[in-house]
Parts: sequence; C-alpha cells; structure tokens
Amino acid sequence: MAKGTVVIDTNRCKGCELCTTVCPQHILVMADFFNARGYRPVQLVDPEGKCTGCTLCAIMCPDVVLTVYRLPVKGGAARAAVAA
Amino acid sequence: MSTDLSQYEVVYRRPEALTEVYTHYCPGCTHGLIHRLVAEAIDELGIRERTIAVAPVGCAVFAYNYFNVDGCEAPHGRAPAMATGLKRTQPDKIVFTYQGDGDLAAIGTNEIIHAALRGENLTVIFVNNANYGMTGGQMAPTTLAGMVTTSSPYGRDPHLAGYPMRVAELISVLPGAAYVVRRSVHDVANVNKTKAAIKTAFMVQMEGLGLSLVEVLSSCPTNWHMTPVEALRWIEDAMVPVFPLGDYKVAEAVVPLTKRTRAAR
Repeated sequence: MAKGTVVIDTNRCKGCELCTTVCPQHILVMADFFNARGYRPVQLVDPEGKCTGCTLCAIMCPDVVLTVYRLPVKGGAARAAVAA
Repeated sequence: MSTDLSQYEVVYRRPEALTEVYTHYCPGCTHGLIHRLVAEAIDELGIRERTIAVAPVGCAVFAYNYFNVDGCEAPHGRAPAMATGLKRTQPDKIVFTYQGDGDLAAIGTNEIIHAALRGENLTVIFVNNANYGMTGGQMAPTTLAGMVTTSSPYGRDPHLAGYPMRVAELISVLPGAAYVVRRSVHDVANVNKTKAAIKTAFMVQMEGLGLSLVEVLSSCPTNWHMTPVEALRWIEDAMVPVFPLGDYKVAEAVVPLTKRTRAAR
C-alpha cells in the first residue's frame, strides 16, 4: 500500500501541468481525455504505490484540484505532541 | 483504481476560506495559487468570520466570489481608500485588499501611497505580473524594459515609456508602512515563503502595527505567450533580477511576528 495518495477533482483541473513538474515520483501525468470543461486533466498513475503524500503537487496547484492523503506514521501522534 | 482512503489521514485539503466556485483564471495563472495562500493564512489565523476582502479591477475582479469571506468591489485602484473606510468604521474586522499591478501601480498609485502615509491598519496583497492581464496584455507601469506587450510591440522603451515601477521599494520608505516585502511563486520554496509573508502581514494588522504589503511576482502565461511552466521560469529569469525578492521594511515591532511564522512553517 502506498504511503500516500491524491484525490483529483478532475473537472476543476485546467491542465496547466505545474503539479507534474514538481512531483518527485513523476506519477502525475496528463490524461488523454478531456474533462467537462474541455481541459486535459491531471491523473495519478501509481501502480507501484510510489506516492508519499508529500503535498508538493497541492502546493503548486493554482486551482486547488488535489486533496492529499498520507498513512499515519506509527507513533506519529505521540511524536507530534512532543514537537508541539 | 479507487484506493481505500479510510486508513489515510488528510494532509492537504481545500481551505475553508475558499468557496467551491470554479475560478475564471486562465490555466496556470498563479492568481489562483495566491488566492489559496491568502485563504490558508486566514484559516490558520482563525479570522475567517471577521475578514473583509476588497477586490480590485483587473483579472482578480471576481475575487469576492472566490474568498469565503465578506467582500466588496472597489473602483479601479481605489481599494486602499475603500478599505480605509471599512477598517476605520469597523476596527475589529480584518480588512485586506487584493490588487494587481494595473490597479495598484497605475491608476491607484496615489491611494496606496497615502494609505501607507496615514499608516492605515490594512493588509495589501499586491500581485505583479508585469502587464494588464484582463484587457489583453497591455504595457503596465511594472512592464520590464524591452518587454513586448500589445501596446509596446517593439518592446518597452524606457526613454519613451519610462522604467518599471518598484512598488515594494517605493512603499517601504513611507513611515506608516510596518511590513513591506516582495515574494514570488515560481517554485515550491518561494510559494512557502510567500505564504509565511502573507500570514505575517495579517498578523501585523491583527496587532494594529500599520500597513502591511506583500508584493507577489505572478505569472501571466496567456499574455506572455508561454506555457504555464515556461512562465514560472520567466519569473525567475527575467522578473526577479528587476524586482529583487526580499524584506524591504520590517518594523521593529513586526520582527517577533516574522519569527513566529517562520517557526510554524
């Protein structure tokens, strides 16, 4: 199971490709179909489960298309509490 | 290819301070990105219910539809004047203007200078993309020397049309300004720095320290005739040398706030 994943709001995407340039795993690719508004949206192609949920794609996206998920780290809550 | 998301936790989601409306911006335009940074800052400071946005004339003219806060629309360039009235009559509200370079640096130059001179307690988000985007890419006061636009087809000749205006430097020398910085959104590191600056700017207003202005270098892929990716590179290669990034004025009282936002990043 991948450490992270993204959910793409396909119809919100305008196909600007900025997210694909910052993805360190190169798993965001442009689709070969058009969305309801006539743009080629971005797609997550991650059969090997490479996504780490780093959020770089979401940081660069001008249209807030991506919601990013990450598996909770074991003991993560405790570590966060120490850090705070 | 649906993944079972029940075991995952959300690490990034749409900020509450943005509405669900699709923006009208061109693909790859960083207006949407800067909107998002403002919204994230509003959410993190917990001020959404008492924030008022003042939209400009220009590409961001519909900003009041996109921010999930109260908003109004100012005449061209007059956002700081309108925001002054809103803030003086409702000092408990957080008032920010969101202005482009055709708005703030051309027809609205006087308004921003006098708002800074009066030390109005406002936050100004100034988006500089070096041309008039909405009307088709004409030369703006911030257009670079030699830059081709629809109204400078041979490139801007400084002897004929003047030199580009550096707003952050100009405002930073005025006594009422508390926090004046220039940032860019051409890569992830700079986006994060821009977000911290916007958050600091709102905190300056919450503390009542004076005018805070964040100038953000932004791309205009359509009118620059570039792809969105090329446009971001052009910001870095062509715009940053003319409009150097940095902190132009950080009043003494603001320094502890910048440390707080830097630590939280």
